[in-house]
Amino acid sequence: MIEHSLADIAQALASRRISSVELTALYLDRIGRLDPQLNAFITVDRERSLAQARAADERLARGDTQPLTGIPIAHKDIFCAKDWRTTCGSKMLDNFVSPYDATVISRFQQAGAVLLGKTNMDEFAMGSSTETSFHGPTANPWALDRVPGGSSGGSAAAVAARLAPAATGTDTGGSIRQPAALCNLSGMKPTYGVVSRYGMIAFASSLDQAGPLARSAADCALLLNCMAGFDERDSTSLDRPREDFARELTAAAGGRPLAGLRIGLPEQFFGEGCSPDVMQLIEAAIAEYRQLGAETVPLSLPNMGLSVAAYYVIAPAEASSNLARFDGVRYGYRAPAYDDLTDMYCKTRAQGFGAEVKRRILIGTYVLSHGYYDAYYLQAQRIRRLIADDFAEAFRQCDVVLGPTSPSTAFRLGEKAADPVQMYLSDIYTIAVNLAGLPAMSIPCGFAGGLPAGLQLIGNYFTEARLLDIAHRYQQVTDWHRQCPAGHA
Amino acid sequence: MAPSRGCGGKNFYDTLYGSPVYHLSDFVTMSLTLDQVHRIAHLARIEVDETEARSTLGQLNEIFGLIETMQAIDTQGVAPMAHAQDLAQRLRPDCVTENDQLAWRSAFQAIAPEAEAGLYLVPRVIE
Amino acid sequence: MKHWEVVIGIETHVQLSTASKIFSGSSTAFGAAPNLQANAVDIALPGVLPVLNKAAVECAIRFGLAVGGEVAAKSIFARKNYFYPDLPKGYQISQYELPVVRGGGLPIQFGENEKLISLTRAHLEEDAGKSLHEGLGPTAQGRSGIDLNRAGTPLLEIVSEPDMRSAVEAVAYARALHALVRWIGICDGNMQEGSFRCDANVSVRPAGEVRLGTRREIKNLNSFRFLQQAIDYEVQWQIATIEDGGSIEQATVLFDPASGETRAMRSKEDAHDYRYFPDPDLLPLIIDRQWVEQVRAGLPELPAARRERLIADCGLSAYDARVLTASLDLANYYEATVVAAGRKNAKICANWVMVDLAARLNREDREIGQSPVSATQLGGLIARIADGTISTSMARKVFDELCNSGHSSSADEIIARQGLQQISDDSALTALIDDLLAANPGMVAEFRSGKEKAFNALVGQVMKATRGQANPQRVSELLRRKLG
Repeated sequence: MIEHSLADIAQALASRRISSVELTALYLDRIGRLDPQLNAFITVDRERSLAQARAADERLARGDTQPLTGIPIAHKDIFCAKDWRTTCGSKMLDNFVSPYDATVISRFQQAGAVLLGKTNMDEFAMGSSTETSFHGPTANPWALDRVPGGSSGGSAAAVAARLAPAATGTDTGGSIRQPAALCNLSGMKPTYGVVSRYGMIAFASSLDQAGPLARSAADCALLLNCMAGFDERDSTSLDRPREDFARELTAAAGGRPLAGLRIGLPEQFFGEGCSPDVMQLIEAAIAEYRQLGAETVPLSLPNMGLSVAAYYVIAPAEASSNLARFDGVRYGYRAPAYDDLTDMYCKTRAQGFGAEVKRRILIGTYVLSHGYYDAYYLQAQRIRRLIADDFAEAFRQCDVVLGPTSPSTAFRLGEKAADPVQMYLSDIYTIAVNLAGLPAMSIPCGFAGGLPAGLQLIGNYFTEARLLDIAHRYQQVTDWHRQCPAGHA
Repeated sequence: MAPSRGCGGKNFYDTLYGSPVYHLSDFVTMSLTLDQVHRIAHLARIEVDETEARSTLGQLNEIFGLIETMQAIDTQGVAPMAHAQDLAQRLRPDCVTENDQLAWRSAFQAIAPEAEAGLYLVPRVIE
Repeated sequence: MKHWEVVIGIETHVQLSTASKIFSGSSTAFGAAPNLQANAVDIALPGVLPVLNKAAVECAIRFGLAVGGEVAAKSIFARKNYFYPDLPKGYQISQYELPVVRGGGLPIQFGENEKLISLTRAHLEEDAGKSLHEGLGPTAQGRSGIDLNRAGTPLLEIVSEPDMRSAVEAVAYARALHALVRWIGICDGNMQEGSFRCDANVSVRPAGEVRLGTRREIKNLNSFRFLQQAIDYEVQWQIATIEDGGSIEQATVLFDPASGETRAMRSKEDAHDYRYFPDPDLLPLIIDRQWVEQVRAGLPELPAARRERLIADCGLSAYDARVLTASLDLANYYEATVVAAGRKNAKICANWVMVDLAARLNREDREIGQSPVSATQLGGLIARIADGTISTSMARKVFDELCNSGHSSSADEIIARQGLQQISDDSALTALIDDLLAANPGMVAEFRSGKEKAFNALVGQVMKATRGQANPQRVSELLRRKLG
């Protein structure tokens, strides 16, 4: 069952070959057995999950089903879930039991999915390795001494290790795609505004977007069908007609299904920054796409080189303000001893936040402070525009942009932890997409030294269904995405 | 702020993208002072001791080295982009949507560090 | 001694009369138990997001139109970042670079003078919660209590140019603004409840100096009297400080009504670095012309236009017109009275509303909206005075009856029921006078010997005999003819 697609699991549930309780227990047992070495989950609540599974079984018995009814899904601990501890990977929220559900969580509840547990993540989603979590790092199931990527590393490790059929993540600068790449998963960051941000603890509001992490593009489509949709509680949520993201996945394999597809290859993705073994896999994937009928178009995203710089102004600026609410007054951590109000704030925040979060708050505070706003924040927003314009130009020449997701395979735990700048540069291929607000995917494209690598596909706004189809076509003719890490079958 | 040149000898975009794009040494970068670290830490209400401030200073300067690459770009006439979509704010009808406030208050204050008689308590506020 | 010029600009926080908060669906009603009107958005739980209330925007448009300002086609919400326990998000959502209203002006009157105060801007923002220091339980010693019911209440912050030159002008401005926001229905104007709060920026400079002196900002003045007292104190303090060789440092100060003094606030230490930036959770506010025109069509006639019209149509003096347009309710009441009494009686109506009714309302501490007598009732009464049915002194009795009738009777009913009609019928009056003259030969003799006083006494006798119902003018005429 653990290798089945979500569609197959749904069929098994619908035909009563397995119950949701059995399925949920199976995964909970696997978590109990395998998670101690991975640390992919922050919170597992067996009884609560099984209760949801029982409710799902009742719905299944009534025939009141949706595609995800009864399927256990792991959620990144950034989503508020009513009565579940929601820590965002931080000591600041270690005792925070959410009184309400995020929109994403409610949508899964309404679909009858089972909440399997809350997954580990970089603290407040700030990181690319899941090492900044207050709950300790998550290991990569492909090599336990390596990082799973981040910030959605817990979700990625959990799905890769078959501790969950699928999971949610969030992506501010690559936090779904990079862990997908490092853990051999398919992951998608939708167009900004497609998935509601209500109840998703904010890191950088203008960049944050939730999306699926799963074992295939087809699974991602089913998850996205559940997650996406207009939400009147989020002013940046897009009011668009409902869409079936799996609609283009129905055609059978064979022939040249992607004939006429123009794949853009930006020179900035193919320089020396990428490790040669990863680049080789990308080249092989391009060859595969040509086999499927696609043609390739060389192009340039001239300002992409500035994306990391612009991102490390915009994201910390927004974060410094978003995280001001963690002040020890209404919820969360409060320092045990202090002199007065100001001291309570300073100690609460010094003790409640980890080093990386504090670093980014300080960067953000500085770039917004008097006298520096124009030079940093406004300049970064102008560069953001240039980057978005580069993509707009690219999509006049091609249908989809292709390149590596991450410049390397999974690095060792601790390897970059002491060097923030090196860590930030792990996201050089993913950040521009968030700045522009575009949809993008990472899908498995092979292994280098036993470690998975990811292929990134970037589409124009609202082309999620097309992207999923392009990924799905590749997965029909390759089996990289079916590989399972040793010891987790 | 003291102007200084270059950025720790690193040239990120040379190594990352192969072809040289911008040479950091081509323009002036700024570096923070310890006083500024203390000032922004206080603005952000994060206590830092002297040792932390010193190590933070080094890291921030390295990060600002990365950020400063932006400054070489002429963006005159480019409109700042604050949002991914060029849309207008949606407006909510003026309706009170809350009910059962007593239950909600209990739920909210059950997770509060210190609350009494419906109020959140903090060390005395001096105006 | 040098002559000093005082320069005052005022920022006013006007709570907008919406049912729900500016970014959440919580009620804005005043006076609920602590934190019962603070939902997940208001207490800033992790993950919650703001959505803008349309009615708050409409209030801003109304104001912009009323002061002749420019309603921005596009405005932006920005975050003002600072830490304070009554500010749950650690930032206030406000507007900074692109406010919803720019420019405009407000005419003020003080004494015989008139002046136009220019407005810089008006922007939308959210109110903060409240910190309570008194009345906490025994376990809350040394603590402050935070009530977030007010957090998120929509505010329009109206910023004037530094156009005022005295506390009197400042108060006149505040009063005019207070009247206007109530007139256009965007604020209930309840100052005790904090619906209308002023911050006064005060500086002094030697007369003739062009540059502005350093200003101090007096925060949160919630009565006209405090505004006056605080500015008076602040001005004399600043002048004394400078004349003693000191200098003024920019500061935020509080006014203590008990001592009548101002003192610098301690909590505003990093007030000068709010790190404003556009709120990424909110998109640009776009107001199209069509919406503006729709709002314009729904605006009541504004006070200045109303005054002009009352002067032209009702023949009122400028003073009367100003008094009767102090509020929209009063102006509407007055005009309804005129409708009931007839336009030719507009001047009598003005006197009755401004004198008799005003005294009654004052005595009972009521607003015009709670008048014990309706405009139709009062107009009906005035019509009977004008057509001579009753005398003015009788009318006062009828007025009192009307006030006590709970809006149930008309003046005509009371007059008929109590037989208060004036007796103007010559044959009835002549018969009365004949009897009177026959019974009082002494007084007749006195009059004939030239004592005018005796004539008045004779009129008085007739009035007394008719319990005031005789038409005194007619009585005099008939009496003179008889004695002639």
